[in-house]
Amino acid sequence: MAEMGSAATRVEVTLKKAGGPGDDKVHTWPNLVRAEFLCTLFTIIFLLLWSLLVDAPLEEPADPGRTPNPSKAPWYFLGLQEILVFFDPWHAGVVAPTFIIMGLMVIPFIDINPKGNGYYTFKERKYEILTFIFGFHVLWISTIVIGTFVRGPGWNWFWPWEVWDAHLVEALTNQDLPYLVGIRDYWTAAAFGLSLILGFFVVGTAAMYWWVVWLKGREFMQRWGAARFFLTSFLTLNMIAVVIKMLLRHILNVKYILVTPWINV
Amino acid sequence: MSSQFDELKRQVMESQAWQSIFRHGYEDTPRNRILMVSGNVWLHLHPSKVRKHATRLRFTWCMGGITFLMYLVTVVTGVYLMFYYRPVAEYAYADIKYLEFDMPFGMLMRNMHRWAAHGMVIAVWLHMFRVFMTGSYKPPREFNWVVGVLLLVLTLLLSFTGYLLPWDQLAIWAVSVGSNMGRATPLLGNEGPFAEVLGVNPIYDARAFLFGGGEIGAHTLLRFYILHCIFIPLVTSLFLAVHFWRIRRDGFSGPAL
Repeated sequence: MAEMGSAATRVEVTLKKAGGPGDDKVHTWPNLVRAEFLCTLFTIIFLLLWSLLVDAPLEEPADPGRTPNPSKAPWYFLGLQEILVFFDPWHAGVVAPTFIIMGLMVIPFIDINPKGNGYYTFKERKYEILTFIFGFHVLWISTIVIGTFVRGPGWNWFWPWEVWDAHLVEALTNQDLPYLVGIRDYWTAAAFGLSLILGFFVVGTAAMYWWVVWLKGREFMQRWGAARFFLTSFLTLNMIAVVIKMLLRHILNVKYILVTPWINV
Repeated sequence: MSSQFDELKRQVMESQAWQSIFRHGYEDTPRNRILMVSGNVWLHLHPSKVRKHATRLRFTWCMGGITFLMYLVTVVTGVYLMFYYRPVAEYAYADIKYLEFDMPFGMLMRNMHRWAAHGMVIAVWLHMFRVFMTGSYKPPREFNWVVGVLLLVLTLLLSFTGYLLPWDQLAIWAVSVGSNMGRATPLLGNEGPFAEVLGVNPIYDARAFLFGGGEIGAHTLLRFYILHCIFIPLVTSLFLAVHFWRIRRDGFSGPAL
């Protein structure tokens, strides 16, 4: 079971019979069933008490003519609603969730590290775990917390101890990045924006290539293969791009990097 | 007296009827321990023996099990709610009020349904985090991770479609905000990039498909109700069956022996 990495040994692992040397199996009844029963019991008790103490919300009847401010999506989608501040809806609402779902699905296929299969370890899979925590905790959970607790009327930033002022108007000082660096011509600005974005992905991919080769060696890169490498670097760079766009907005008030008649990024 | 009772007990337990239902005794023998699991349609989701670490809460967090439990709670409480709820714009909100104030245990059932749904979302995320941390998606379990991601998406869709049904301000505006994204889909949304290529318009695009019309309304309520109560639960059950079956075939993950 030690060398689970290659496809050739995989079949042997699944067909391995119980009772071999070093087998540490115990009876499911009562060992596992007892744990599951207790878990069920405590979860149901907790849910019951919670449901007795906290009522599900019910507001006034639906009125399509009266939009509340703020209108928030269900809490589990507030991370996506939060990145609407930084990206247009086609990206924040459609492309980003698609990348998230696809990115999660390909994890087992781009991670070829045979170690850490079936036990907790940080040392043996540092980069995998850090990437996951970056995506799940930093990007997904923290934006949900921001969207839930600190976004008020007009999707403005209100600390929990501040009163929601529905009349607060924040001056819109956002400008596009090409404008900020002094480009006034429309097509030059578009070319500049496009080359920045393409450049980010090209330089980012190259940097990641050299970094992985430096870290793991050429032999690893060959085993990893082009498809896995490009998928991984593309998804990672997309995650980093979200942070970059957030910083550009919060620090420099940048709205778009690329402006065209068809699509803005 | 006690010997008469023992005799009666013996006669009942040795009767043809009893033995046709219960096929093994209760003595704590290895044979009975295995039969308890393999002879029970629910418990035989498990193998009859598992590796020791897989029974430990600190390994599994029991989060997959809690997700499934939350699903079952929403199914049971959801059936109760369906008795009193009509997915019609004129009635839906009043039915929720009626359910809350006039039905025995109505408020409790609605509360449990809602909090279990939220609990399911949290539990499925924690389950995914745990499976990642133990590397349990690694070969031979890659495909089951993919099925798990699909189940995660289905969990969110179940919760999202249910969000609309109370037909209050919270419901329609949260669902509007979420569904408005459909309008921005590249090519398929009327406000999305390249909308003109396929010629989509506000009453014939990705969001209209979701809403069942150009705007959120009574048609959306019926559509979300059917998705919430019939279609998505059916699909979820199918993928759950695959998910559990694959765990069973591939075995629980664990450190090398």
